[in-house]
Amino acid sequence: MTIASARPAPASRLKVRPAAEARGVLVIIALGLVGYFVFPDDLAFLTRLITIALLVISLDLVTGYCGVATLGQAAMFGVGAYAVGNACLAGLTDPVMLLFVGMAAGAAAGLASGALITRFHGLPQLVLSIALGQLVGALANKLSGWTGGSDGLSGITPSPVLGLFAFDLYSRTAYVFSLVVLALVFALLLRFMRSPFGLLCRGIRDDALRARMIGAAVYPRLVIMYGLSGAVAGIGGALAAITTGVVGLDSVSFERSAEALVMLVLGGTGTLWGALTGALVFQIFEHFVAATNPFHWMSMVGLLLIVIVVFAPRGLAHGAAVLWARLRVRGAAP
Amino acid sequence: MPAARLEVRNLCAGYGPTRIISDMTFQAAAGERLAILGRNGMGKTTLLATLMGIATQQGGRIVFGDSDVTGLATSLRARLGAGYVPQNRDIFPSLTVEENLSAGLKGRPRAALDEAYVLFPRLAERRRHFGLQLSGGEQQMLAMARTLLGHPSILLLDEPLEGLAPVICDELMEAITQLGTGGHVTVLLVEQQIERALDFADRVLVLERGRAAWQGPAAGLRSDRALVERLLGVGVH
Repeated sequence: MTIASARPAPASRLKVRPAAEARGVLVIIALGLVGYFVFPDDLAFLTRLITIALLVISLDLVTGYCGVATLGQAAMFGVGAYAVGNACLAGLTDPVMLLFVGMAAGAAAGLASGALITRFHGLPQLVLSIALGQLVGALANKLSGWTGGSDGLSGITPSPVLGLFAFDLYSRTAYVFSLVVLALVFALLLRFMRSPFGLLCRGIRDDALRARMIGAAVYPRLVIMYGLSGAVAGIGGALAAITTGVVGLDSVSFERSAEALVMLVLGGTGTLWGALTGALVFQIFEHFVAATNPFHWMSMVGLLLIVIVVFAPRGLAHGAAVLWARLRVRGAAP
Repeated sequence: MPAARLEVRNLCAGYGPTRIISDMTFQAAAGERLAILGRNGMGKTTLLATLMGIATQQGGRIVFGDSDVTGLATSLRARLGAGYVPQNRDIFPSLTVEENLSAGLKGRPRAALDEAYVLFPRLAERRRHFGLQLSGGEQQMLAMARTLLGHPSILLLDEPLEGLAPVICDELMEAITQLGTGGHVTVLLVEQQIERALDFADRVLVLERGRAAWQGPAAGLRSDRALVERLLGVGVH
């Protein structure tokens, strides 16, 4: 059937806009440069910030975009990190190859856990995600031959990036490498989430039955998204292993999963910018408050969370967008 | 996808153990326009929901074209060519108009979205608005346009004019008529506005208490006022 024949077609306004991806890369690189030149002594912290940002973004893919409740996301981050640690100790030291190892391990963990978790909804789904996370944590503790147990896996020494840039004591290489990876992953995800596949995932979150009625098979789609989410978390874990040289049990802990969820809610679910904003704001605030007031910093972080949830319940990114829109309206008024 | 024949044989259906449709048999030829009429609560919506695999099919057979879809999942029926626009305006509220349409492309290029804007120019003006920001009529247009982008071979429309202003009803009926003309798609239209439905349809199926009470050409029903009064409780001019 052709429905375009009745009237003249309007000029196609529907070009795929690469602008959003380019803007994403530019903003991340610009922020990265600010970090590099303004805080040259904190590059190790900023590198860690990037790895955790990838974890929060990966969580957003399933929780924010698909509405899957999970408190076990760190499991995929940790599996990626441990896989990279073992691969590096076994002799595969190229950082780019190690990233792919982390990505593949995270994706495999994501597909396996997603195949189970996405069969359920609501509280059972949440409990399953916690159980799987705890299971991975317990395995990491027991399989000390692979994970180093409670001592962690150490001695991970990747070779120079592209054979040129060795990892240095000041974390310069680690930081730039992580920043480039984050920018690339972010741009690719921006593109992917605007594709019909990504849009249908958001449709599933809105109403799964409606998505089925237009031909979307919900379960396989959610499992694929879980695999993608695992791949991104695995890249985060891989970066953590590559840039710090150690992988500890904390990388698969429940606390890390819960903290990632807090960062996501803080920044705003269902947008990649929200996930990035939440990860940045939370960790930077935590870092500086902990340094300024070592005794009461946790109380201050708690207060910040309450204030933000009360005044911007849909997250900082949405709150900022609303504020910006109001300012524009006020500016345009006579 | 070319228009497909629909065959329903001895269909029994409902919700869980509750039976709403009983022993219903009818056919719609490929490209035919079939209006499904009946008073409230006679099973019209349940019939369309059963054809899509949403309500429980308790017996009988449903065939789309050459495929027996009895027992198939809703998403598979949609992929076999069924396009369903339900009563409650089937849109994704958190997606924009353009994103809603893109979600229904089923692998077609993005340029195909222009087809929707040609059919409903109003959607082009609102393409950056979220689903929730649209009026009822615009939501209905969006739901219909998104279904059509998937090139259905059998289109199931459940009271598309319900609750809409007359001017919007005219616009929608014009689009529906345009779609149904030419036999490119088989259309099943459930509608309470009897006049409009009879103007549109080739044939009519009237339901009464979940059973097919009458079926035949639209002109036949229109000319028999006593029959219309008895089956539908309304007059036709």
